[in-house]
Amino acid sequence: MSIAVLEAGPLTTVQDAGRAGYAARGFRTCGACDGYALRVANLLAGNGDAGLAVLEMTLRGGTFRFEEDAVFALAGAELQPLLDERPVPCFAPVFAPAGSTLRLAAARTGLRGYLAVFGGIDTPPVMGSRSTDLKCRLGGLEGRALRAGDILPVGADGAAARARWQSIKAHGADRPLGDPAARAPARPWRFCAGQKTPLFRAVAGPQTRAFTPEGLRTFTETTYTLTPDCDRMACKLRGAVIGTVRGADIISDGIVAGSVQVSANGQPIVMLADHQTTGGYAKIATVIGADLPSLAQLRPGQALAFTFVTAAQAVAAARQQAARLEQIRERMR
Amino acid sequence: MENSIQFVPVGDCGVLAVCGDAIDEAVNARVMALDRAVQDARLPGVTETVPTYAALLVCYDPLQTDPDTLTPALQRLAGELTRAQNPAAAGRLVEVPVCYGGAYGPDLAFVARHAGMTEQQVIAAHCGRDYRIFMLGFLPGFPYLGGLDERLFCPRLQTPRTRIPAGSVGIGGEQTGIYPLDSPGGWQLIGRTPLRLFTPASGGQLPYAAGDRIRFVPITPEQFRVIEARQGGGV
Repeated sequence: MSIAVLEAGPLTTVQDAGRAGYAARGFRTCGACDGYALRVANLLAGNGDAGLAVLEMTLRGGTFRFEEDAVFALAGAELQPLLDERPVPCFAPVFAPAGSTLRLAAARTGLRGYLAVFGGIDTPPVMGSRSTDLKCRLGGLEGRALRAGDILPVGADGAAARARWQSIKAHGADRPLGDPAARAPARPWRFCAGQKTPLFRAVAGPQTRAFTPEGLRTFTETTYTLTPDCDRMACKLRGAVIGTVRGADIISDGIVAGSVQVSANGQPIVMLADHQTTGGYAKIATVIGADLPSLAQLRPGQALAFTFVTAAQAVAAARQQAARLEQIRERMR
Repeated sequence: MENSIQFVPVGDCGVLAVCGDAIDEAVNARVMALDRAVQDARLPGVTETVPTYAALLVCYDPLQTDPDTLTPALQRLAGELTRAQNPAAAGRLVEVPVCYGGAYGPDLAFVARHAGMTEQQVIAAHCGRDYRIFMLGFLPGFPYLGGLDERLFCPRLQTPRTRIPAGSVGIGGEQTGIYPLDSPGGWQLIGRTPLRLFTPASGGQLPYAAGDRIRFVPITPEQFRVIEARQGGGV
């Protein structure tokens, strides 16, 4: 079975849970920027493996034709989906008959929308992953963003999709996720002076000592804004200058998704899925895994703030989030 | 030895083992020794490791382990590292054939002028010693090499090139290295290797790893074409 790309949208790529295991050799992990939406979309599309390849669409979605019967689901940013010009829900399994067209529009909120299909997008895996590495031009479809005219293979045929849809309906699981809290990760807010700002939990370090005590306070007590210079590699932020003891340069060491580097001008940069494997700027903190998906949904111009938690609290949050996904998996069984 | 390694949490997915604060062969050898020990130990939940100049990033799955379990295990491994770490003994020696100058090394003449040497002297100085790979990063297979002859230190291009062909060997500041794939870059290019360091079909295999040594071996344009053609046949 395959999907025809009639319109691709501004930046649509094939992504899965990432190309892990090769960072020591300098390969970026890549994968979905919003790893929670990736998993929600896969589970709702009837996939047992929540890390199958999906389409990640940025700011606006594309238009796709299903060449055979298919089951799909949308998660992350809501892209106002129309199936053969009739509205269909996000966060729900949807049956698409052969030849039907899914038209997606601009994201109403959020930045990145995800389209999962039963069977997964089945482009050839490269080093164990179908994720597109745009910088190194590998994985996904020819290592590039999708464009009109592309044909995407899917890992299940029409008969398998019809059978899966029957079992989903038999379980009564063909409804949208009722609990709005399950649609996006739970994350705290900061209420201050009449303003409500999304608050991102982060573990201090690893280069805490590169910063002055005042610099550390600046990071957690002031508000930052996403600059237009945000992409799949990193979100560059603007706000109060973070004071360093002896400049921002360190001997390069390893980076993870969520690492918050502070550049020479004292501004924080949050690394996302396509981050380089190593870097030479001091890192003041690491945004916790449970909160990083919602950071990847912020748009340039939006405000955010940070608060420190311990690594143990961060692990507990990751496990809570995994338990929430298990509930969705349970419901789709 | 364990006293000299500090363990710092990296969010809920990593522990950074800081083995020193200098670009130094002995420090880097300790990083590599710890990396080997961590890989051999197959600690539950450890997903991958990233060795760099002076630190080892140990990545883990927070659903399988946590820093309170992992850090003591890493401390134990650090404590068991043998004292007799001989940096020279660590790693393999990997020969990288390079055709210097001409179309392959358009900046060789500039580097020679800057160093007050002839092009032949630059080539002799560049391939006259072995370089330790302190780490890989920036691009897949991009080696951060130590030990460049001081006479070859050279400023970067004022305007970086938008596309440097894969295999190019260059000098940037106090470093020398190889561009494993086509990439923008600002280093002075002195030669190119016909070795295809990385192809997607190679499954991520590289001819070298962090901790190895690289020896550049000068070759002629004819040899370049022969090696290139041989690889075209599929390696």
